[in-house]
Amino acid sequence: MSAKPHPRVGLFVTCLVDAIRPQIGFAAIQLLEEAGCIVEVPAAQTCCGQPALNSGDDADAAHLARQTIAAFEGLDHVVLPSGSCAATMVHGYPELLADDPDWAARARAFAARTHEITSFLVDVMGYRPQGRRLDASATYHDSCSGLRDLGVAAQPRAMLAEIEGLQMHGLEGNDVCCGFGGTFCVKYAPISNAIVTEKAEAVERSGADLLLGGDLGCLMNMAGKLHRRGARTRCFHTVEVLAGLADGPAIGEEA
Amino acid sequence: MSHPIPQPSFKARAEAALADRTLKLAIDRTTGTAEAKRAAAVAAFPEFDAARRRGRAIKDHVIAHLDHYLEQFERNATAAGAKVHWARTDAEARAIVTRICLDADAKLVTRAKSMLGEEIGLPHALADAGIERVETDLAEHIIQLAGEAPSHIIWPAMHRTREQVAELFRAGHQPPPAAEDPATMVQSARRALRAKFLGADIGISGANFLVADTGATCTVTNEGNAELTTTPPRIHIVTAGIEKIVPSTAHAFALLRLLVRSATGGELTQYTTFHCGPKRPGDADGPEEMHIVLVDNGRTRMLGDEFREMLRCIRCGACMNHCVVYRQIGGHAYGGTYPGPMGSVLTPVLDGLAGSRDLPNACTLNGRCEEVCPVGIPLPTLLRAWRSRSWREGLEPGTLRAGLGVWAMLARRPALYRLASRIGVRALRLFGRGGWIARLPLAGGWTRYRDMPRPPGRTFMDQYRRTRAQKGGRR
Repeated sequence: MSAKPHPRVGLFVTCLVDAIRPQIGFAAIQLLEEAGCIVEVPAAQTCCGQPALNSGDDADAAHLARQTIAAFEGLDHVVLPSGSCAATMVHGYPELLADDPDWAARARAFAARTHEITSFLVDVMGYRPQGRRLDASATYHDSCSGLRDLGVAAQPRAMLAEIEGLQMHGLEGNDVCCGFGGTFCVKYAPISNAIVTEKAEAVERSGADLLLGGDLGCLMNMAGKLHRRGARTRCFHTVEVLAGLADGPAIGEEA
Repeated sequence: MSHPIPQPSFKARAEAALADRTLKLAIDRTTGTAEAKRAAAVAAFPEFDAARRRGRAIKDHVIAHLDHYLEQFERNATAAGAKVHWARTDAEARAIVTRICLDADAKLVTRAKSMLGEEIGLPHALADAGIERVETDLAEHIIQLAGEAPSHIIWPAMHRTREQVAELFRAGHQPPPAAEDPATMVQSARRALRAKFLGADIGISGANFLVADTGATCTVTNEGNAELTTTPPRIHIVTAGIEKIVPSTAHAFALLRLLVRSATGGELTQYTTFHCGPKRPGDADGPEEMHIVLVDNGRTRMLGDEFREMLRCIRCGACMNHCVVYRQIGGHAYGGTYPGPMGSVLTPVLDGLAGSRDLPNACTLNGRCEEVCPVGIPLPTLLRAWRSRSWREGLEPGTLRAGLGVWAMLARRPALYRLASRIGVRALRLFGRGGWIARLPLAGGWTRYRDMPRPPGRTFMDQYRRTRAQKGGRR
């Protein structure tokens, strides 16, 4: 891990944040800068390649892996506001490029400096939000890849605990998949729906005003289901709340 | 092939299962209890992780030296008086068992639950040979009355509620049970089975372990039905997959510590029996003949490919109990012998990928199965390996290939991708009002069930570039 006080960090925005909720990207930049990082957003980034990887299209996934590694060359860290995209880079890239003599070592080095944002802020930068206040109750869903592939669990909670007035409620089945699964949610839509219905019921039972999480795909799935059910739960990415943006529009609320 | 993939597609079977609320109730009851009991058992066993590492090492060692231990097992089982048979395929295994039954002029066969028996299609083979088969495991007894296949590898009748079981027993038991409480129903099943146990010509069991250094086979049950199946009849036939081999009894117990906790949350099953050869002179009871049928059926092929780690599986069922998909659709929808995550890896091996390509795809890759697997099988990785093979072999649907092709073409060209995203989000906005999109062409899978957040007019990259340009910043 870098001990630099002001590391140069490349933000990989993720395709979903880029298109659906840019505010998450700006919140990420704000937090990284507060933590002392010099943030850059390489222009040659597109998608981490997960849709190809999870569909078995290894050739396109490997191409996007090489493209992404090249785009972030020379930066101290690569940081993403998504556990599943980060896991694709940390675990998927070295596997995809393991037999490529020109890229295997680069992929491993790239993986070693790639981080999901909440774990990066806490584990690498020792960051805690200061002077933030939010009078609301919230519950937190552990997205699967971040939780199981990267060990993201305590870090977001540690930062959220620093926000004055924010009451955290437990979520029954907080570590159970929401049924998103990338292309799974459209390929096997009825099964995905059954899973997210149970998740939405658990969120509603938690009684929390807000549902927080670290992956926009999962959040869109849960927020979309909650809205369809007429629930009043408002959904945010963890970094939006940490950056003090939870008094603005939640996912699916017009600015 | 023991289970030709049933005609309705996986998706149709899954949708039918989703619509069955009684099935959902049954699944929730069983998997919910199993999850809680396993968690308690693991919490009460601080050495669980160490035991798991040891279990995994034992299996890896055996898989690496399968030939050595199988030959040792054959020598020792033969020395103990058993006859060992080798079956390369399910058809060979069926033929061997049927031949033994016919040669013995068997009319009635009792069978203790064995998924390997299901895998090789034994129930149908026995019926085709005109032999009466009586399932002695309580849950197998239930599904035999219902004319069904197992829906779970530990609780074959988990798709049936106790209310439905009461109905089956009323129709199938003579006299019918006097009441519907579990104790009375169990007594009724015992009564129905007792005469069969004592009148059977042959008892057939599976094996949870094959012990190489003694030649014994091991069965575990909570009902004692395996002992009543294998002891009274004149002949005992064991059918077992070759991956069930362990070097010694101590290794079997090391794995039992994992198997039972992971399966039922118990520390040990009520009955753990080692069957070593037929009745010896002076023994009070036991079969006169013991046959052990060792079945390959695709396993040696797995030794040499990316699914080798699947041979570690000890058939505990924890992966399906913790699977969000299994818990919605149950076991039958999978269409193979083995359901859930482990089944989605094994069914393409056993039945071919072409007819089962949905199984490795119908998974969110959430990793909970791997997390609870007592021998650390990387199930999501193996499921993804099937997806890669399906893609390479051209089995994935054309619409998916075309859609992903367009996406990849753009994603591989950053400038073009940014342009397409800029246009895309503006186009997307046209389909909604306020913050949400309720209906979206080509994304019906999403909007049939949930709303889609409506994107703002500009992408992050677009907004970021503009702010930077205003500030005169780089990049």
